Order: sequence, then C-alpha cells, then structure tokens
Amino acid sequence: MESAPAILVRDLHKSYGSVHAVRGIDFEVARGEVFGLLGPNGAGKTTTVEVLEGYRARTSGIVSVLGHDPGGRPRALRERVGIVLQSSGTYRHVTVRELVTHWAGFYPSPRNVDEVIMLAGLDESQDVRARRLSGGQARRLDFALALVGDPELIFLDEPTTGFDPAARRAAWETIRALAELGKTVLLTTHYLDEAQALCDRVAIVKDGRILAVGAPAQLGVGASSRYRVSWRDESGEQVSRETDDPTALLHQLTSAALARGVGLDDLSVTRPSLEDVYLELTASGDEAEQGSVR
Amino acid sequence: MSDALALTWRQYRLERKMFWRNPSAAFFNFVLPLLFLALFGAIFAGSQKDLNVIVPGIAGMSVMTTTFVALAMNMVFLREQGVLKRLRGTPLPSGAYLAGLAAHAVTNTAIQLSIVIGFGALLFGVGLPDDWFMLAVFVAAGVVAFAALGVALSHAIPNFDSAPAYVNAIFLPVIVLSGVFYDADHAPLFLRDVAQALPLTHLIDGLSAAMVTGAPFADHVPDLVVILLWGVLGIVLAVRGFSWEARRG
Repeated sequence: MESAPAILVRDLHKSYGSVHAVRGIDFEVARGEVFGLLGPNGAGKTTTVEVLEGYRARTSGIVSVLGHDPGGRPRALRERVGIVLQSSGTYRHVTVRELVTHWAGFYPSPRNVDEVIMLAGLDESQDVRARRLSGGQARRLDFALALVGDPELIFLDEPTTGFDPAARRAAWETIRALAELGKTVLLTTHYLDEAQALCDRVAIVKDGRILAVGAPAQLGVGASSRYRVSWRDESGEQVSRETDDPTALLHQLTSAALARGVGLDDLSVTRPSLEDVYLELTASGDEAEQGSVR
Repeated sequence: MSDALALTWRQYRLERKMFWRNPSAAFFNFVLPLLFLALFGAIFAGSQKDLNVIVPGIAGMSVMTTTFVALAMNMVFLREQGVLKRLRGTPLPSGAYLAGLAAHAVTNTAIQLSIVIGFGALLFGVGLPDDWFMLAVFVAAGVVAFAALGVALSHAIPNFDSAPAYVNAIFLPVIVLSGVFYDADHAPLFLRDVAQALPLTHLIDGLSAAMVTGAPFADHVPDLVVILLWGVLGIVLAVRGFSWEARRG
C-alpha cells in the first residue's frame, strides 16, 4: 500500500459537449513527489486536476487518488487532500485567523493554526479581514486553508499566476517546505521556470494530451538555459540569435557596433518562453509524424 | 451524527458573526422592516383596522426578506466568489453546511418577527398573538417555502451584479399583490386571483388569523397547503438546479 502511487491516471478523457478537453492522459505521481502539469492555457491542465479533485466527472478512463476514486467525492479522501484552486474568493468579513480556525474544524486531525499561518507567511496579516487582503496575501490564505487539514496530497492549480517575482519566490519556498515534509504535490503551471524550480517530474500537456513526461532536465526543458538575443540591424530588420553564452555574444555585438559607430536598436536578451519550447516540441512532433507517414 | 451537528453549529456561528459584521445585510434585515412599520404606522395612525392589516403584512414580508431575498442574494454571491467551490473541496458535508445556513436564516426570521410583533403590540395596539402554535406553524412553513424558493431563484440569476434586479422583480410585485400594505380582499378581482396563487398571500392570511383575528386554525389549513405546495416546488427546483460553480461566459 505504501508503495502504491498517490495518483494514477490511465487513458483519461473529458468532454464538455462537443469540446474534447482531455484526450487520453496517462501519468502516475509517487508518494512524496512534486509533479507538474506544464502547458499553455487551454491545454486541459485544470480539467485534469479538477477531475482528480472530484469537481468534475470524467468521460472515461481510470483515476485513483490515494487509493480512492475521486468521482464519488468520498469524505475519507477529502480529509486527506488540500486544494488550492486557480481562483476562488472566500468569506469577506472574517479575519485570516478566524478563517483558518474555521477550516481547521472541517478536518479530523488539523495542523496547529499558528503554525499554518506562519508557514503561509500570514503572521503579519492574521487579524486582517479577508476582503482587505492584497492579491498576494489572498493567495497565501488559499495556501493556509489548503494546508490546515494536514493533507498528504496537495493540488495547486497555477499557484503563482499573477504574482510579482518576490511573492513568487515566497510561494516557491512554501511549496518546497511542503515537499520537505514529505507531502505529495500536483501542480499546474504555464511557467517553465516554475516547473523547473519545483518539480521532480513534469508532464508537458497540450491540446488535452501529454507530449512528454520526465524530470525537467531530461525534457529539453533545459532548453531554457539558452538565451535569445535580438536587435535591429542597420537595414532596420529585426535579427535574433540563440546562444548559451549571452555575455560573449553581447560583447561581440556591442564592440562591433561601437567600432562601426552604429547603435543597436531594440537590443534585448530573453530566455525562450514556454511558448517557444512548445512551438519547438509540437512542431517537431508534427513533422516527425508527417515524415513517418510519407 | 454528533460530528455533523458540531459542524452545523460551527457554520451557524460563523454565519452569525459575518452577518453582524456586514452593515448592509444587518440594515436590510432589521432596519428596513422597522422603517416600513413606522411609516405605515404613521400613515394609518388612528385606523386600527388598517394597523391590524399592516402588522401581519409586515411580519409576512419579514419572513420573505430573511429567507427568500437573503438566500437568493447570498447564494449567487457565494457561487460567484468561488466560496461554494472552495467549500466543496473540503470534508465539510453539504448537509451540515446548508443546515448552518438555514439555521442562520431562521434566527434572522425569529428576531425580525419578535421586533414586528413587539412593536405591533406596544405601539399599534395590535395585541400579542392569540395563537402562538398557529403562528409557529405558519412561520415554519413560510421559512421552508421561501428559503427553498430563494435558493431555486439563485440558480436562475446569472451573476451577482444582476441579482438585485432579479430578486426585486419578484419581491416587490409579490409584497404588493399579496397584501402586505392593504387588505388583499379589497383589491380588484383579477389581482385577487393572482394573489390567491402566491404563497405570501396565504402566509399573511395565516399570520393575520394567529395574530389578530383569532380565526380557528382549521379554517386556514388550505392556506397552509398552498404554502407547502410552493415549498415542495421550491425544494425540487433548489435541489435540481443546484450548482456550486459560476457559469462561464
């Protein structure tokens, strides 16, 4: 039983009317693992997670969460799972501490309320009413409410979307702390760096299918170590080059430009976005398929 | 079972706390009916016959505001805010949650009725109810029917911005037609026919008998039946259409 996976998904399909949102997804999440579903908006990540959380009935396939079928929303399962939804409000006229205390009452063996407030980074705002919280604080409250039941498994649906960088790092620290406590985490994200920073394994999802599963470094997700340098050349055309060593390339470019006494308009250095990696992954996938047909 | 009761009690206490912290909710629930009572009391001052109509009328309206109006607005808000979805992901049983909400609404009804009956007796010479049992039975039936109808209506309301329009489009005509402010028997015939189909008319008839006229309970059993029929319809619609999630798009 101990070695059974925390989550098992086999050939999961989910349709909304004529929209086939999830088209045959398979994956497993081991106990204590941080697993990421990475993909652009509309890839089917949230649908998949909401099936696992018991919010949606699947169209077909096998799903097991901590040994339960989440479809029937058994209370025994809900007691062992914590959920951070993509966006959801809460009671507005109650303080952070009152809410966390109220939520603790739902669970058979909750964590200490003070501890949870500390862990979520809400100690400064514990007596603030929920409606006065900033966006970042409200997200911390989401974490606190999901954690107070001392869950074994935590679902995080785009936990840092809309965060500023500092809030993002803080949320990452919280998630790492959960992993250290031995919790299983399933998170969705469309940020490449987030998947890379947090996940033991990642599944790349697009159009309701998994394109690849593996540790971030093995997935070509490591492509993010490449930089894209782009600028406008003398004829006014936008040029871009990819490099592993932006320092050297920039040095070359700028010294050449200085030597010729010209500017480098619109010079920028960016990491390839997830979008780029996708385009690459999916484009090469399509070509390979077409190639094999011809 | 004791666990479900404990959770219901906790939810009830949270609802009470939130209610008193939200000034607009407290205002609409307590000050508004008192204001109505004071205004119409002033208008009808000296006419005991009219005062005898207005006090049970406002009492009936109170049942409707504390259950129908409050629940319809509240459910739409909680659904739109995502509170219902969040709660659904916790082990809190939906029965315990709804029971806590219902107990909260019943408390508001009881407080408001006490105020209306108290003012009616002290200031308007209406006297205390003759038949407390009959009063309790009609109030209970009214609470069940209007609470269920309020939840049912919340399913038809697309978003919170439009909730007041939907609720008032029903609430205002119903309180006028059902004779909150005048004796419904004196209305034009076609309005009387419409009013006879509405649950509030029959609730006010029952309350009037228990509080003012002292007519025997047996005479008003048909009124009770109409209210309960609306209650059954309300429960069916409330359960069938229930959605914990806001519609998209």
